[in-house]
Amino acid sequence: MRRKLKSLWQAVRRLSGDDAYEQYLKHYDEHHQAHPDNKMCQPLLSKEVFFRQWQDDKWNGVKRCC
Amino acid sequence: MNNLLKNSIWVLVAITGASALGGIAMNRGESINALWFIAAALCIYAIAYRFYAAWIAANVLAVDETRATPAERLDNGRDFVPTNRWIVFGHHFAAIAGPGPLVGPTLAAQFGYLPGTLWILFGAVLGGCVQDMVTLFISTRRNAKSLGQMAREEIGPLGGTAALVATFAIMIILIAVLGLVVVNAMKHSPWATSTVAATIPIAMIVGLYMRHFRPGQVLEASALGVTLLLLSVAGGGWIDHNQTLRSLFDHEGLTLAWGVMAYGLVAAIFPVWLLLAPRDYLSTFIKLGTITLLAIAIIMLQPDVKMPALTQFIDGTGPIFGGKLFPFVFITIACGAISGFHSLIASGTTPKLLTNERDIRMIGYGGMLLESFVAIMAMIAATVLDSGVFFAINSPSGVVGKDAIDAVAKISSWGFPVTVEQMHTLAKQMGEATLFARTGGAPSLAVGMASIFGNAFGQSLLALWYHFAIMFEAIFILTTLDAGTRVGRFMLQDMLGNIWPKMAQTSWMPSVILSSTLVVSGWGYFLYIGVIDPNGGVNILWPLFGIANQMLAAIALCVGTGVLIKSGKPKYALVTSLPLLWLIIITSTAAWEKITSDDIRIGFFAAANDLTVKLAAGVLPSEKANIAPQMIFNLHLDAWLTLFFVMLLWLIVFDMLRMCCCYLMGKTVPAATESPYSASRLVEKWVRD
Repeated sequence: MRRKLKSLWQAVRRLSGDDAYEQYLKHYDEHHQAHPDNKMCQPLLSKEVFFRQWQDDKWNGVKRCC
Repeated sequence: MNNLLKNSIWVLVAITGASALGGIAMNRGESINALWFIAAALCIYAIAYRFYAAWIAANVLAVDETRATPAERLDNGRDFVPTNRWIVFGHHFAAIAGPGPLVGPTLAAQFGYLPGTLWILFGAVLGGCVQDMVTLFISTRRNAKSLGQMAREEIGPLGGTAALVATFAIMIILIAVLGLVVVNAMKHSPWATSTVAATIPIAMIVGLYMRHFRPGQVLEASALGVTLLLLSVAGGGWIDHNQTLRSLFDHEGLTLAWGVMAYGLVAAIFPVWLLLAPRDYLSTFIKLGTITLLAIAIIMLQPDVKMPALTQFIDGTGPIFGGKLFPFVFITIACGAISGFHSLIASGTTPKLLTNERDIRMIGYGGMLLESFVAIMAMIAATVLDSGVFFAINSPSGVVGKDAIDAVAKISSWGFPVTVEQMHTLAKQMGEATLFARTGGAPSLAVGMASIFGNAFGQSLLALWYHFAIMFEAIFILTTLDAGTRVGRFMLQDMLGNIWPKMAQTSWMPSVILSSTLVVSGWGYFLYIGVIDPNGGVNILWPLFGIANQMLAAIALCVGTGVLIKSGKPKYALVTSLPLLWLIIITSTAAWEKITSDDIRIGFFAAANDLTVKLAAGVLPSEKANIAPQMIFNLHLDAWLTLFFVMLLWLIVFDMLRMCCCYLMGKTVPAATESPYSASRLVEKWVRD
C-alpha cells in the first residue's frame, strides 16, 4: 500500500513537472559528468535558471487543444 | 482452457455491449438509465482497443518494439525524454482534452441523445482514435516532426501550407466560439463573472510563486492555486449577495466580450510564466479532478436520461442550430468523435516522450478513447435535464422570444413542457437571476453537472456546484484562449517574417504587439458578431469550427493514407482512407448546405439576402435594423470562408491522390522520410520504474 501511494505520488510529480530539475540532474550526471573534458558540455544550471528555460520551452508551439 | 476462458470473457463483453447499445437505440417513450450509456461505451471501447487497435498496431503500422524511438535516440534531458508510458498518457490526455468534448455533445443533444451518442462511440473507435494513433506513429518514425512538416515532405508543398492555414483558421474560430460560450455563461451573472475574473489574479499568484518565491515547486504552487480557486467560487456567492459589489460584476454580453478581448491581448503579450503556464496547471488539475468526480457521481447516482432518443429537430428546424441530422450532427460533435486538432499534439509533442513504439496503441488510441468517454459523460449531463429545461436554457431569444412567457409557450408547443415557475425555481437554486437563452452549452452542462453532483454529494450546495462547473469550464476555455492566441501570434509573426525579417523575432515588442493585436482582432471580430447576433451566434460559429476542425482531421488522414500507400500497404490504407472518405462527405455536404441552402437558418447567403430584403422594406425593428448591415457583411464573409475551407480540403485530397497514383504507377514521388532503424538499448525496467 505504502509503495503504491509512493509511486502514485511519483507519477503526480512527474506529470506536473515538479521533479523536472531532479530529472535534469540525473540526465546531467549520466551524460555530461562522465566526460568533463568534452567542450560540448554546458555547465550545470541552477534550479531557478533551469526552471525558467524549461517553462519557456514547454510553451513554445501548440500545446493545448480543444 | 486458459484461452477458452479469455475468449468467453470477450464474448461476454461483446454481448453486454451489444445489449446496452441495443437498449439505448431501441428505447422509445420512457426514460433510460445513464448506466446503459456507460456500459455500452466501455464495452465498445474495450473491444475496439483489444481487437481493432491491436490489429492496426501489429499489421497496418507494424510497430517494432526493438526500434529506438526519437526520445531514446535524441534524449537531451529536456524535451526529448524517454518517459514512463502512464506519464506520457497523462500528458497526452491533458493536452488533447479541452472544452470541445463538453460543448459539442451538449449542442447536439437537440437531436435527441441517440445520434450524438452513436457518432461519439463509432466516430471515435473507427475515426478519431485511428487518426491519433496513426499520426503518433508516423511522427515517431520521423524524429517527432510536426503535422505541417510531414504533410509538406510526404505529400507536397501544398499539403504543408494547407495544414498551416487550417491550423490558423481553426484557432481563430475556435477562440471566438469558446469566448462566446464564456460570455453567455457570465452575462448578467455577478457570481459567474467574479469567479471567472478571480482566476486571473490567482493564476498570477501561482506564476509568481513558481518563478520567484519557490522556483520549480510546481505542486506546492498548484495546491495553493486550487485552494484559492475553490475559495473564489464561494467568494463569488458572497459578492452576489452584496449589493454594491454585485453591480461591479453585472454586465451585458457586449461589455464582457470586450473584456475577454482585452484579456486575450494582455495574455498573449505577457510572459508565459506569469499567466499562461500557471493557469494551465490549475486548469489541468481541475479538469482531471472534475471529470473523475463526474464519472463517480454518474455511477453512484445512476440518473435517468430524460431527453427522447430522437427529437423532431432532426428535420433541420432545431432551435440551437439549424440543419438536418445529416450532416450536422457530425459537424457539431467534432472533439469526442474525431478531432483534427489532436493530430497537432500527436505529432511534434507526444512522440518526444515515447519510450517504446509498442506504447503507441495505448497513448494514441487509448487517449482518444478516454476523450470520447468525456464526451459521453457530457452527453449524459446534458440529457438528464428535463428536455423543456434543456431547450429553455439553450434556445436563443431570437428563436423563442425575449419574454419568459413567450419562450416557455413556444418550447412547450414543441412537446417539451416547461413553466416559467420551474425555470425561476431552477435559476434560484443555481444562484442565478435567469437561465433563459444561455446558448452555448456551458450553462446547461453546468446545471446538469450541478444536479448530478447535488444529488450525489448534497443537494444544499446546488448553487456552489453550478458555479464550480461554470468556473471549471471557463478556466480551460480561457487557457485555450490564451494558448491559442499565442500560437496564432507565433504563426503570424513567422508569416510576416517572410515579408520583413525583423517581424519574425518573437521577442521584439513592436512585432509582438502588432501580431497579437491582429490575432485578437481576428477572433474578436467573430466574437463581437456572435454576441450581437440575436440568434445566439453559436448557430453560425460552431458549424464553422466543426468544418475547420474536420478539415484538419482530413489533412492528418491524408498524410496517414499517403504514408501507408508509400510503405507498400495499399490494402491497409483503407484504415485511414475510409474515415477520410466519410470526413470528405460530411464536410463537403455541410459546407454545400451552409452556402446554398434556401433555409435562412442554414444558408449563409439565404440569410444575408433575407436580411437585405427586410432591411430595404423597412420591416425590421430598429434594434435589428441597426446591426443588419454588419450581420449581412458577416454572413457573406462566413460563406466565403466555408467555401475556402472546402476548396482547401479538396486541393489536399487531390494532391494526395495524385501522389498515390504516381507511386502506384511507378513514377517518382517525394521519398518516404522515415528515419533509419536503430536498435533500442533501453532495458524495460529502466524507464518503467
